Amino acid sequence: MASPEDLSGQSAPLYAARKGVYPKAVNGPFRRFKWAIMAVTLAIYYATPWIRWDRGPYAPDQAVLVDLANRRFYMFQIEIWPHEFYYVAGLLIMAGIGLFLVTSAVGRAWCGYTCPQTVWTDLFQHVDRLVDGDRNAQVRLANGPWTFEKLSKRTVKYLIYLTIAFWTGGAWIMYFADAPTLTVDFWTGQAAPIAYGTVAVLTATTFILGGFMREQVCIYMCPWPRIQTAMMDEKSLLVTYKDWRGEPRGSVKKAQAHPGAFGDCIDCNQCVAVCPTGIDIREGPQIGCITCALCIDACDGVMAQVGRPRGLIDYCTLDDVASEKAGGAGRPIRKTLLRPRTLLYFGVWSAIGAAMLFSLGQRTRLDLAVQHDRSPLYVQLSDGQIRNNYTLKLRNMETRPRRVAVTVSGLPGAVLWTGAGMRENAAQRIELALPADSVTSIKLFIAAPGAGPARQDFTIATHGLDGDPRGDSDTIQFDRPEAGQ
Amino acid sequence: MAEHKRIDEATGTTTVGHEWDGIEELNTPLPRWWLWTFYATIVWGLAYVVLYPAWPMVNRATEGVLGWSSRGDLVKEMAADAKRRAPTVNAIAATALADLPAQPQLMQAAVQGGGAAFRVHCVQCHGAGGAGVKNLYPSLTDDDWLWGGDLASIEYTVTHGIRNPDHKDTRTSLMPAFGRDGILDAAQIGDVVSFVRVISRQEKASAASARGAALFADNCAVCHGAGGQGGRQFGAPKLTDAIWLYGGDRDSLTATVNQPRNGVMPRWGGRLDPVTIKMLSAYVYSLGGGEKGLAPVAEGTGADGQP
Repeated sequence: MASPEDLSGQSAPLYAARKGVYPKAVNGPFRRFKWAIMAVTLAIYYATPWIRWDRGPYAPDQAVLVDLANRRFYMFQIEIWPHEFYYVAGLLIMAGIGLFLVTSAVGRAWCGYTCPQTVWTDLFQHVDRLVDGDRNAQVRLANGPWTFEKLSKRTVKYLIYLTIAFWTGGAWIMYFADAPTLTVDFWTGQAAPIAYGTVAVLTATTFILGGFMREQVCIYMCPWPRIQTAMMDEKSLLVTYKDWRGEPRGSVKKAQAHPGAFGDCIDCNQCVAVCPTGIDIREGPQIGCITCALCIDACDGVMAQVGRPRGLIDYCTLDDVASEKAGGAGRPIRKTLLRPRTLLYFGVWSAIGAAMLFSLGQRTRLDLAVQHDRSPLYVQLSDGQIRNNYTLKLRNMETRPRRVAVTVSGLPGAVLWTGAGMRENAAQRIELALPADSVTSIKLFIAAPGAGPARQDFTIATHGLDGDPRGDSDTIQFDRPEAGQ
Repeated sequence: MAEHKRIDEATGTTTVGHEWDGIEELNTPLPRWWLWTFYATIVWGLAYVVLYPAWPMVNRATEGVLGWSSRGDLVKEMAADAKRRAPTVNAIAATALADLPAQPQLMQAAVQGGGAAFRVHCVQCHGAGGAGVKNLYPSLTDDDWLWGGDLASIEYTVTHGIRNPDHKDTRTSLMPAFGRDGILDAAQIGDVVSFVRVISRQEKASAASARGAALFADNCAVCHGAGGQGGRQFGAPKLTDAIWLYGGDRDSLTATVNQPRNGVMPRWGGRLDPVTIKMLSAYVYSLGGGEKGLAPVAEGTGADGQP
């Protein structure tokens, strides 16, 4: 141990340069799983805005569209209006609980496989291998002088980075407008400035975060590893180096010379070489480990070559670590997954999902909101009747024009007419044509006999006249002058 | 504290020497890119100070090379909004007032624009929403009009005002002060008031009201009509309905006959442009008491249309 004098500050630097990470290519089941997930997630991201979905002539035909200008969110069959934003909130809660579920069951699987930072970093690291070669070639090139070869390779590599980054930014904006139209507009300079700005910002962030920051985002910037650490317990799966089996490390030759003196780890450093965050898993669980399991693939490959059983590095819970250290056997994965905590998370998660689906199926697409005009609260009419004015908002949330009726109940002798009508034609029920997918604001006049309570509750209701008779109603007041006024 | 500094075994990093209940802080060096980010924010800050208003001086802040100001932004936004509204305003200007209700969208725009103008110029007397003020200013939302409630009449009233002595087109009339000027004595006024309360169905017919009927025919019917149905060319209110600007009880009516108010309204033709007056008229018309004029008005169709 160093003496305190050595630690007085001279030797400890305030700032440290990043240590380059040049992960080696590896093959194995986890690597193939990662390939599959990368393919699926990237395909979903790039292709989704191009899926068409016929909604008739009054709504866009893009399957997934966040129409900020018109305040509509389309997702296949589901159309969300701004006042129904709680569905989005529900989705976010589901996403949160889903992360709890995944974390408590399989640890940092989100970090290791599906986080965009991981997926794009993985993609960019493959670009590195494509242009510069595998780990050793990359290290040589990075440490070598700036020759023509290095310059041209760097140029090519950064151009590929930029292309991917630009494509990533370009795909993002497609979720917010009709994708084919926006593509044409974008290349002809007709798109909104915000579209170009968004693409520029996302191109820059993808280029910088995926091309250069990489694992530093996970280690220094992302709050999620810290939160996740708090959510894991002794039954969560971790990528674990089984030190009781591997230590002390020694090469195959040494082990042959001294049978029984060495553990299974031959200290080949392959687990370090393939790690995309540049850590040594043999130092134990650490914040830099995103549990991508590539070291498991690497180690299993080496173990197969030297004829030792696989799983020196493996997914393992802290409970299993204790029991295996004591000579017992680990529990099968299925038992690790099916335990009260994960089942509880799964129960909550699916209950929210089922409740949302149920309410989506039950919601009426005709909505009524009434506001009583306050200035004046009531109007004395010349024939002695009293009129109250209301602002009626009718939401037709279907993608077709509709005919609806508006009626009142609980207000004897009341007649109603709209701002476009006249009292002479007033009736107890009015019919209205509502344009597709719109809010219609109507000035509603209601006249009732002057004799009656000063304040009276009654109901205004609306219902469809074209097939779907469901509707909505609202209770509101009718005011008259106090006696003596 | 320095004597507590040591190297942490697990990480190989120096601790800073503090210790709280066994928890120590590692002296991990900052990543270098963080330092560069810090420098970049300084450069950004310097550029910002040069380009935008920044340093507070005695009277005002430094102006910045770009000359940006939030007032300048407001001017630009107002200009952009005026440009956005121009087509609608022009369309309203080009449409005859009587034709507006037949075009629901244009009518709605006019009502909204009129509402904005109303809140600036009219609410002081007529109240928010045109509710009026009892004993002072008439309500614009009811179905009783002194000078007419169709679009053309409203526009004329707004343009020329009421009882502006210096303006030849203004609406004008003068109810005599029957009591103050001694045209009728107190008993006669009592009789006339009785008659008015009978025709407005507030009292039963009596000897007084019978005497009042004759007085009414001689003194009042020329403006208020033989049956008290009112006369709009004189702004003479209908006396048979339930609406009383200055009160319909005996005391109020007596006071009115004694000494009428003869309310005044400024003329807006000289102050507001014709489009604003048109929109104001549409707004007042839409408050609930609007009457059809002589020209037939087509029924609105579409969103706000009533069958």
